[in-house]
Amino acid sequence: MYETIYHRPSSVDEAAALFAKGSEAKYLSGGHTLIPVMKQRLASPSDVIDLGKIKELIGIDVSVDAVTIKAATTHYDVAMNGPAQKAIPALAHLASLIGDPAVRHRGTIGGSIANNDPAADYPSAVLALGATVKTNKRSISADDFFKGLFTTALADGEIITQVSFPIPAKAGYSKFPHPASRFALTGVFVVKTKSGDVRVAATGASQSGVMRVPAIEAALKANWSAGALDSVKISADGLMSDLHGSSDYRANLIKVMAQRAVTAAG
Amino acid sequence: MSTVKLTVNGKAVSAEVEDRTLLVHLLREHLNLTGTHVGCDTSQCGACVVHIDGKAVKSCTVLAGQAAGSSVTTIEGISKGDELHPMQAAFRDNHGLQCGYCTPGMIMSAIDIVNRYGGKLDEDTVRHELEGNICRCTGYHNIVKSVLDAAGRMKVAQAAE
Ligand SMILES: Cc1cc2nc3c(=O)[nH]c(=O)nc-3n(C[C@H](O)[C@H](O)[C@H](O)COP(=O)(O)OP(=O)(O)OC[C@H]3O[C@@H](n4cnc5c(N)ncnc54)[C@H](O)[C@@H]3O)c2cc1C
Ligand code: FES
Ligand code: FES
Repeated sequence: MYETIYHRPSSVDEAAALFAKGSEAKYLSGGHTLIPVMKQRLASPSDVIDLGKIKELIGIDVSVDAVTIKAATTHYDVAMNGPAQKAIPALAHLASLIGDPAVRHRGTIGGSIANNDPAADYPSAVLALGATVKTNKRSISADDFFKGLFTTALADGEIITQVSFPIPAKAGYSKFPHPASRFALTGVFVVKTKSGDVRVAATGASQSGVMRVPAIEAALKANWSAGALDSVKISADGLMSDLHGSSDYRANLIKVMAQRAVTAAG
Repeated sequence: MSTVKLTVNGKAVSAEVEDRTLLVHLLREHLNLTGTHVGCDTSQCGACVVHIDGKAVKSCTVLAGQAAGSSVTTIEGISKGDELHPMQAAFRDNHGLQCGYCTPGMIMSAIDIVNRYGGKLDEDTVRHELEGNICRCTGYHNIVKSVLDAAGRMKVAQAAE
């Protein structure tokens, strides 16, 4: 790891001010993406600004309409939160599937969606549930947030403060985990909103990161059941192909994971 | 350079380290607590697991500065003098280690698992919860056996306290 300067601000404003002062500053939340990348010398921030201990960035709030998770809340805390489990079981379940227990004790939702790894779990929930990402500057809808591989709508220095997930009528998540890292070889999050709309997002599949799956949305809108997807064909165009799975294999996984997710959603 | 102050195995410690220092290097190189191992470069093997404020974490993926003000427990801090922690004793009795390289991380993760699940542990759960700890020797069978055995012993020990 290259040299760096570590800062531990106690507020979002202080963090943003420190970022503006650094020449090539980076925020650090759980550190479970950034530190591995720094260890490999693929990132060499001049300053590392720790958001992980900022009180206003930690916690979960559940109302009748939404589950709001502050940015530095760990995957473990989301997985174990009783009210969140009750309001959107699929979301807590997704958090419980990320990495391993030690990763979940440190990694955070803000870091995960800011990073937008094409195989990360949270982006699928954010997109399928139509969540709103709040930053220290504005609110961004899920449809406008993810911009392709490791790219988001965040401006330089902008801090995610919380993510607000509308409570759906039904939701389910199913992933086929990579056997070593547990990242999604393909994961699918299915949602039926309270107004009857259907939104489906797949992660780990597309070359351009998390995506909606219109063919599955249409079939589920007509008939919310796993069987309704039997005849759906997913195109392999634009899907990832690597030693773990070809694009055809991933296309099939999208359908199979969607069916399992619908079954889990009930 | 920064001065990092934290509690390690119940003792207040302070170390002058570069900001890029990882917690595992603070422990091993500055405090000479070499029981915590480094087995990979990718945050995947779990040989480096310690507890920060009671939770199992990979100390190779935490900056020393992030642990400032926290309480860290390492493999050196769990026995009572010469009396092994029930998890250590169970690993010895069940042949839960061969070369021993993964063992400190296994034991720290396993204690965390028992703390979280209490008596509700079964084999499937132990295997699933140990996903972040890799062992190249044992085939895991005796590790799982050790953890289940220790879960029972820890319950008895807690009841006695
Ligand atoms: C062994 C291992 C297995 C894993 N398995 C999975 C898995 O199965 N599924 C999965 O989804 N993920 C997995 N991860 C990744 C893990 O979930 C990370 O914790 C997560 O992707 C990043 O969150 P973090 O809080 O650690 O972010 P950090 O590493 O601290 O930060 C990541 C990036 O986001 C930026 N950032 C952080 N917080 C904010 C904020 N509030 N506002 C703006 N920018 C911010 C940082 O500057 C940095 O660029 C795994 C990681 C490891 C090490
Ligand atoms: S050395 Fe920390 S996970 Fe391998
Ligand atoms: S005992 Fe050798 S790696 Fe586990």
